[in-house]
Amino acid sequence: MDFSKEKSEFYNNLTKTIRRHIVKMTNHAGSGHPGGSLSATELLSVLFFEHMNVDSNNPDWQDRDCFFLSKGHCTPVFYSVLAEKGFFPVDELMTFRDVDGRLHGHPCGEHIPGVDISSGSLGQGLSVANGVGLIAKLDGSNRRSYCMIGDGELQEGQVWEAAMTSAQYNLDNVCAIIDWNKIQLDDFVENVKGVKNLGDKFRAFGWHVVEIDGHDINAVNEAYKEAKRTKGRPTAILAHTVKGKGVSFMEDTHDWHGMAPNDEQLETALKELA
Amino acid sequence: MANQEAPRKGFADALIRLGEKHDNLVVLDADCAKSNMTNLYKNRFPDRFFNIGISECDLVGTAAGMAVAGKVPFANAYANFLTGRAFDQMRISVCYSNNNVKIVGHNAGTSAAQEGATHLPLEDISLMRSLPRMTVIVPADAVEMEKAVEAAYYHEGPIYLRVGKLPVPIVTKKEEPFKIGKAIKYREGADITIISTGIMLDESLKAVAELEKQGVSAELLHIHTIKPIDKEAIIASAAKTKHVITVEEHSIIGGLGSAVAEVLSEHQPAKLRRIGTNDRFGVSGKMDELLDLFELRAHRIVSTANELLGHRVTS
Repeated sequence: MDFSKEKSEFYNNLTKTIRRHIVKMTNHAGSGHPGGSLSATELLSVLFFEHMNVDSNNPDWQDRDCFFLSKGHCTPVFYSVLAEKGFFPVDELMTFRDVDGRLHGHPCGEHIPGVDISSGSLGQGLSVANGVGLIAKLDGSNRRSYCMIGDGELQEGQVWEAAMTSAQYNLDNVCAIIDWNKIQLDDFVENVKGVKNLGDKFRAFGWHVVEIDGHDINAVNEAYKEAKRTKGRPTAILAHTVKGKGVSFMEDTHDWHGMAPNDEQLETALKELA
Repeated sequence: MANQEAPRKGFADALIRLGEKHDNLVVLDADCAKSNMTNLYKNRFPDRFFNIGISECDLVGTAAGMAVAGKVPFANAYANFLTGRAFDQMRISVCYSNNNVKIVGHNAGTSAAQEGATHLPLEDISLMRSLPRMTVIVPADAVEMEKAVEAAYYHEGPIYLRVGKLPVPIVTKKEEPFKIGKAIKYREGADITIISTGIMLDESLKAVAELEKQGVSAELLHIHTIKPIDKEAIIASAAKTKHVITVEEHSIIGGLGSAVAEVLSEHQPAKLRRIGTNDRFGVSGKMDELLDLFELRAHRIVSTANELLGHRVTS
């Protein structure tokens, strides 16, 4: 079922707010990764505001759902969602990458409320998500474990080691979200080491696969619901997205994978995101 | 001849004892449960054992997730594949995340024996020592292993524990207290300090006895915790004897010898010789044959001591 008009309006505003944070944070730092943050904005917004069973006032409570950002460079969107969800003050976003702050370029699990693991070396998140999934089963807990992986990141072998583990242990409490924006640092993914027939790949590994438009909040919401309903195997949400989504000059190019907007570019971006 | 026992047996016994008391202890293996004797834990607590398959990186990452979920995971694999392959997972998912994961490297040193160079871990201590927050423990025998496993469980934070496969003499005593980071003085001496780690305690004890016969008073420090290393004990002993020999079943690059050299050169310069494998790979052979080949033997410690002290070598 689609979101109500009010809910749709809420997400329209939230995702715009988060995208403004992303360009402002990277501009503030003079570095960072706007492209893959902008592509994941709807996926993370709907996950944290609709599905994740977490408590920002008690971020470490035992039965919480866990989220692991395996594509750890996309902290601008992750920190923005956490701040908007109340894990830390929104003002703190403008300390992004500051030497005396805690919002490092890649997330540090030890110091930031709502961040359950450090990441930034690609390929590690799904194994960690499985660890939580296995223990939830052992403890008879209903908690769920989510992991966001980049499409370029799928070139890391550990992702597939972990994908085998999720299926072997029937981890239906594990959900992998693939931010399939088609672009990695150097080039289009297909020009580097392609991940064509991704659905077939995950299905062959024993996963349930949902393929969606990752910018359609209703499709995103339904995908998370389908993952919760799916029993006996893990679910991979393959989300077709646009790298740099929402800022015209950042869209669909690898130039903005790891580059910050200057003041002039920030102004243009903020106008588009008004 | 002293009683012999495989360190891995001490490891497995301690793990089961702890598992009976603590239901938050979970064990993972990378398809070496029979060899690592974690199958004994599996038989006793099948729900709390996980064979993650032949995938060390996934093993360590999964263990990190289990720690996030509040458990105390012991992640087991052959030491060289574990520390070599999954180094980055230990760095990011375990140490940088400050997760309470116990990393257990099996088939340590020459106990990989006839498996040959690929399976002989002679660099694992060096790798693990370099990781921030990692504690590195190398017990001497099965008795000390049991105490080390217990200490590792109760210690909050990442630990690397090195476990040998084949039987070695029991040289430590049950009643001897074990404290992470605290060296144990096995002999008081005045002329030279011998610092051993792991199973080299056995050969070092023999060397001390032989030196005594030759009129050399050797002090023997056993260092089971290579990181954090017991600086005070090393400095105090070196201040007294001015001559130090380190002995390890590991490369002299980055292991005990390096750790002691770092302490001495900064705090208490002394004449130092490091005994271990010297920048080389292993070969296939029986454990005794490998210890002979690498000269990880009492006679080498004795001759090195005499050379360092400027004595004429008699034998």
